[in-house]
Amino acid sequence: MPIINPISLKKQYVVAIAGPVIVGFAFLLLYNHIHASIVAFFLLFLLSIIAMFFELKPVLLTAFSCAFIWDFLFLKPQFGLLVETSDDVIRLLTFFIVALLNGVLTHKIRKAEKIVWDREEKENILKLYNTLFSSLSHELRTPVTTISGCADSLINHGSALSEKDSQQLLTEISSASFRLNQQINNLLNMSRLESGFLHIRKEWCDIRELAEQVVEGLKYKFGQHKVTLSIQPELPLVSLDFGLMQQVLLNLLNNALLYTQIDSSILITAVVENNHLILTVEDNGPGIPEAEIGKAFDKFFRGANITPGGTGLGLSIVKGYTEAHHGKVSIKKSDMGGAEFIVNIPVSLKELYETS
Amino acid sequence: MKQVNMNPYKILVIDDEPSIRKLLEIELQASKYVVSEAENGKKGMSKILADQPDLVILDLGLPDISGHTVLKKVRQWYKNPVIILSAQSDEQDIIKALDNGANDYVVKPFKNKELMARIRTALRFSTKIEPTEVYNYPGLEIDTATRTVKKNGQYVKLTVTQYDLLMLFCKNEGKVLTHHTILKSVWGDEHVTQLEYLRVFVAQLRKKIEDEENGIRKIFTESGIGYRFVADSM
Repeated sequence: MPIINPISLKKQYVVAIAGPVIVGFAFLLLYNHIHASIVAFFLLFLLSIIAMFFELKPVLLTAFSCAFIWDFLFLKPQFGLLVETSDDVIRLLTFFIVALLNGVLTHKIRKAEKIVWDREEKENILKLYNTLFSSLSHELRTPVTTISGCADSLINHGSALSEKDSQQLLTEISSASFRLNQQINNLLNMSRLESGFLHIRKEWCDIRELAEQVVEGLKYKFGQHKVTLSIQPELPLVSLDFGLMQQVLLNLLNNALLYTQIDSSILITAVVENNHLILTVEDNGPGIPEAEIGKAFDKFFRGANITPGGTGLGLSIVKGYTEAHHGKVSIKKSDMGGAEFIVNIPVSLKELYETS
Repeated sequence: MKQVNMNPYKILVIDDEPSIRKLLEIELQASKYVVSEAENGKKGMSKILADQPDLVILDLGLPDISGHTVLKKVRQWYKNPVIILSAQSDEQDIIKALDNGANDYVVKPFKNKELMARIRTALRFSTKIEPTEVYNYPGLEIDTATRTVKKNGQYVKLTVTQYDLLMLFCKNEGKVLTHHTILKSVWGDEHVTQLEYLRVFVAQLRKKIEDEENGIRKIFTESGIGYRFVADSM
């Protein structure tokens, strides 16, 4: 596997020669205070560092230039390539061999590490794709199947169907298409996060309004769920990306609706403490099993006891968007008995004092 | 206001997608509107000129000329409401259309109910032409002669800026106003980028004219775009 190096080969060769020369001449200033073997250690150190980042040939060149500069500047006669004593011959030879071994070995270790790392990365990507495809084909095809199937029976047996049955089919089409749209939105959000094109646009947000809009938007899904909004009175404006934070709360509420019985209670709270906005969504449902807590925010992870309708992306988007705000999201057991999701984000505040 | 049965509103749909035109035709006719259609920008413009519809539903992504161009051109002589259909939730596109004179927008895929509500709102306010001295909303009364405001019968004291902001909202009830438009008309050209002014003043104004405990809103945030004032949305 080729090692992709951000430093061009030409530059690597330049550094391979210039590096030892610069280090050598720098130590030359200390010539009278320092022993040649100390310089040798520093040159080997430089070589090790270079070997960690460069291709093999520049590394070998570095080993040569280290040996050369050491001999030239620090072994007698100074400024000559000849070596006077047999001691020095052995020293130079040893230095050269150690330098070569050092360079080659460091380089090899790095290469081996990279191969292992690449293989792991490849396996992870493959695993992710497999999950993605199985999840996607299921989550996208199910609503499409519903839509096309219901529409077909309306077209083929329209007049023969009872009023009640055709209403039922039409309701199925409508709800399946909204589910489909939600999945598409989740996927788009996820790819925005993954591609790194996510730009946070902070503005002064009224959290009460943000939460009210989210609750209003999901009302059609409530059934007998009892959703309560508890916002700290006199909450100042906080600096957030309104749209992204709405998505965070929407996904958390959606998640609570998906994982609880239809007659459950859900409580949304928002407070500001020490310049942090703390947003919680808790319920009195079954809660999250200990074993699943660590995985809940993973992409495509789906809890064991779930009603159909999720993509397994909602919570990882919550995590991604919260972290994009330099915040943290966590789960604990709620005082209400079910799960409690806590979003904690550092924010600037703007009090609503009258100014003009 | 017009009697729906006697003299129904005429609505023109400009969209290149036949299935969307069909869908809108059925939905609008079910609500007793008279519907005409155009599949591109040029035909749309000539139909606006010829038919003088009471409202236009305009798709931004048209095959020949963009919806923005259509809007800009017709706004020079056409005063009735225009509602934008936008394919992506691209805020910049929506803001541009609103600044070019669109009254409202709906993002595809839209809920029919929501589009119909927007149409009703737009038509309702487009027929209120005369400038009034007294605005009488449920739970909110504004007398422009004396510059006094009452919430649930009680006088509320507004600062000059808060009052100006409220006036702008009243005069444009039901219409989406972009941040830019509001900043420009209340604070002036040099402050059009100072969104935080607007946020703070809107929040202050809300406290004074809305009934927070009962969850009754009058100023609605259009995320990333602007605000809409609807005073009798009960």
